[in-house]
Amino acid sequence: MLSKAKLWLSLALSTLLFWSAGLHAAWDLNMPRGVTQMSRDTYDLHMTIFWWCVAIGVVVFGAMLWSIINHRKSKGVKPATFHESTKVEIVWTLIPFLILIAMAIPATRVLTAAYDASESELDVQIIGYQWRWEYRYMRENMDEEEVSFFSVLATSREEINNGVEKGENYLLEVDRPLVIPTNTKVRFLMTSADVLHAWWVPDFAIKKDTIPGFINETWVIVEEPGIYRGQCAELCGMEHGFMPIEVHALEPADFQAWYEEQQAGVRQIRELAAAEMTMADAMAQGEQIYNRNCVACHQAGGVGMPPVFPALAGSAKATGDAAVTMDTLVNGVPGTAMAAYGRQLNPIELAAIITYVRNGFGNSAGDVIQPADVNAYIQEGQ
Amino acid sequence: MSAAHDHHHGPAKGLSRWLYTTNHKDIGSLYLWFSFAMFLLGGTFALVIRAELFQPGLQFVEPNFFNQMTTMHGLVMVFGAVMPAFVGLANWMIPLMIGAPDMALPRMNNWSFWILPFAFALMVSTMFMEGGGPNFGWTFYAPLSTTYAPPSTTFFIFAVHIMGASSIMGSINVIATILNMRAPGMTLMKMPLFVWTWLITAYLLIAVMPVLAGVVTMMLFDIHFGTSFFNAAGGGDPVLFQHLFWFFGHPEVYIMILPAFGVVSAIIPTFARKRLFGYDSMVYATASIAFLSFIVWAHHMFTVGMPLAGQLFFMYATMLIAVPTGVKVFNWVATMFRGAMTFETPMLFAIAFVVLFTMGGFTGVMLAITPVDFQYHDTYFVVAHFHYVLVPGAVFSIMAATYYWLPKWTGYMYDETLGKLHFWLSFIGVNLLFFPQHFLGLAGMPRRIPDYALQFANFNWISSVGGFLFGFSQLILLFVVIKCVKGGKKATDQVWEGAQGLEWTVPSPAPYHTFETPPDPKLIHAQ
Ligand code: HEC
Ligand SMILES: [Cu+2]
Repeated sequence: MLSKAKLWLSLALSTLLFWSAGLHAAWDLNMPRGVTQMSRDTYDLHMTIFWWCVAIGVVVFGAMLWSIINHRKSKGVKPATFHESTKVEIVWTLIPFLILIAMAIPATRVLTAAYDASESELDVQIIGYQWRWEYRYMRENMDEEEVSFFSVLATSREEINNGVEKGENYLLEVDRPLVIPTNTKVRFLMTSADVLHAWWVPDFAIKKDTIPGFINETWVIVEEPGIYRGQCAELCGMEHGFMPIEVHALEPADFQAWYEEQQAGVRQIRELAAAEMTMADAMAQGEQIYNRNCVACHQAGGVGMPPVFPALAGSAKATGDAAVTMDTLVNGVPGTAMAAYGRQLNPIELAAIITYVRNGFGNSAGDVIQPADVNAYIQEGQ
Repeated sequence: MSAAHDHHHGPAKGLSRWLYTTNHKDIGSLYLWFSFAMFLLGGTFALVIRAELFQPGLQFVEPNFFNQMTTMHGLVMVFGAVMPAFVGLANWMIPLMIGAPDMALPRMNNWSFWILPFAFALMVSTMFMEGGGPNFGWTFYAPLSTTYAPPSTTFFIFAVHIMGASSIMGSINVIATILNMRAPGMTLMKMPLFVWTWLITAYLLIAVMPVLAGVVTMMLFDIHFGTSFFNAAGGGDPVLFQHLFWFFGHPEVYIMILPAFGVVSAIIPTFARKRLFGYDSMVYATASIAFLSFIVWAHHMFTVGMPLAGQLFFMYATMLIAVPTGVKVFNWVATMFRGAMTFETPMLFAIAFVVLFTMGGFTGVMLAITPVDFQYHDTYFVVAHFHYVLVPGAVFSIMAATYYWLPKWTGYMYDETLGKLHFWLSFIGVNLLFFPQHFLGLAGMPRRIPDYALQFANFNWISSVGGFLFGFSQLILLFVVIKCVKGGKKATDQVWEGAQGLEWTVPSPAPYHTFETPPDPKLIHAQ
């Protein structure tokens, strides 16, 4: 219990810190220095090259300005006639070349370090989906419960549509953040389930594309506990602007407590899935899931955006044979934007959303799909 | 100006003049007008984007439509505004500069222009099709542009094919003209730099346009014929798409800037009244840039997870480009140094080009540094970078060229006061528009998003104001050009006191047919 209190305290403190920093953020001119060795090295490289550019700019633009002021016809000057000099050309070829070498050396050093993902202490798989992230913690022992979850934008549609005032972390907040331990080498293994995405947290100086069929790796050692935010950086379709990243870095002990709690949660869901669900429960839960996961494509009221995103209201696949609806949700429709939700949602959630689709939006299949049905269906498929 | 004004037949009358014309001046004008129309259209798309981004929250457009706007803006500006403008300038000026009577392949010239309006009509019409137009960015990365694309993508692919065919025909024409039709005495190393830069650009186009055609054809096959070039589930490779695209795309950005170098290298000596400094090194620098442009493409892909050796190679190669580019800038400054400058509108645009293009060059070097690029990549910092090289870069050079040669084209001087007004409003607008985007990118704003977190609000607001100022200022250009076509102060043959070169030896306006007999070799003064 103590560790839980500490967790909340550290979360609260870091939120406060972040918030006070946020007050000044509006006129930010520069890159954050970040909270990892890598991000500080990156920042230093950025500043070095920046000052080189400023120095060159001062010389070049200075010479130009001086000419513009002094060598104008209105001052009665006569133009000179010189028009070439091999010596000068060689000089201004060589000097930039040497400056570039001076830049390339530290850049090579930092890049080489960034590529060394060896000896990680924790591996997390990051999977991009249209338009959410999945985080899977790699187990050391396959008998343990696997901790994995989806992380979805938590900002409400009303805020986005200017219906209510925007919260402080507008568009940068998720329902379930990625949680990692501080001062631990965490390796990320990244891929995608559909199109390209890019996982980017500026404070870590990490940006990596998630690509279907590829596994990219990168790593981080976060030094400060806190909340770090980022966004998907690679255009991934309609809701690309709405798939943020939120990372909570906790002290290792707090992280361990959190992790065990998650494992307990997995066991609990397994037990709950055996229980019976009522229509009212399923519809209430289903509506929430719909608004979080489906509304971007199938729209409020299930009207869709034909021809690409079909309407669910009155859809034959939604109201006909329950197995068809179940198949659409669990396996998706390959080759289209309709993703497989079999892994993204747990059996209880799946049962609820299937029931909701079959009975919401004026549909009236009348049946309540149970978590056990979903489990049986998934088992059958394997 | 010997046989220059031999009017044995003038242009046909009415619409058929423009439809059937094989005259390089007519076709040049067609290209330039088309380009300006596309500039306004692409600009309108940009203003939709800036209006939406004026404040956080979704105000005017849906995210899907927003993505169509960013995509169409990029495609229209690159393929419809900038490239045709340079082809237009090439058509008008290359024969006049090398003392040739026309382009080498006049009928193909007509064809390569007239397929363009169809290509763009087709592309723009996709926005009215079911499911909307292309919404996957002008870089159309697969599989977003294949498996996940709207049905209209097939039409987009066809439109790209037509544009590519037009560009290839245009470049063959440029090469054939320059290599075969130079007046006696016009040796390669006496050609104006605009001709040189276009010769090199034309080779770049011929080299990379087929790659673009290939990549869109592979998309077509993935979409309709069951192949899996870019579909990982079928054993394909989405990263292959990017390699192919950028093998085209990186030379493409030099295709849009090399002729600009040529224009500026013509204008600065004229208004500095001093010969271009380091002509030979300018030619070699252009050629080196063109060569390097083929081996740097993967610097657009530093985050796809290439092996370390690949990252290092592309970082070093990219940094190298700064060297010949620097040589060019230094040569321009040395040309201005100890000249006797005046600051008519073309010169103002040319000077702004040198300064602002160089700023784009600086951010380019920063972006080359791979580990730092991880932070810059796909943010507004990149947007700021390439808009600095393309708008106050390529587009300003086109405007400079327009003011510079307009008197030669129309026979009248343009309104200098309005020209300067246009310049200053554009200059202020463009910097308000793009400079704050550097800050946005560094502070963490990704590109291609219709809505953003609250800390990005201030600079977006400023950027949008700049965008509208810049956009509406371009109507002044339209007005100046129309006014100048209608009349004004008569232009002399030389037009500008310091102007040198064959194009200034023919009357203003340049007669319908020029150099039917080659110019006197004595006129071809050393560059
Ligand atoms: C990324 C966009 C997207 C999201 C998010 C999405 N879908 Fe779909 N959905 C589609 C597309 C596209 C199809 C049509 C597939 C096809 O071509 O058969 C579809 C089809 C369906 C169908 C079959 C409808 C029919 O008549 O063909 C159902 C039912 C459905 N989705 C339910 C859902 C539910 C429930 C959710 C949320 C858990 C959801 N979808 C989330 C894009 C989406
Ligand atoms: Cu994404």
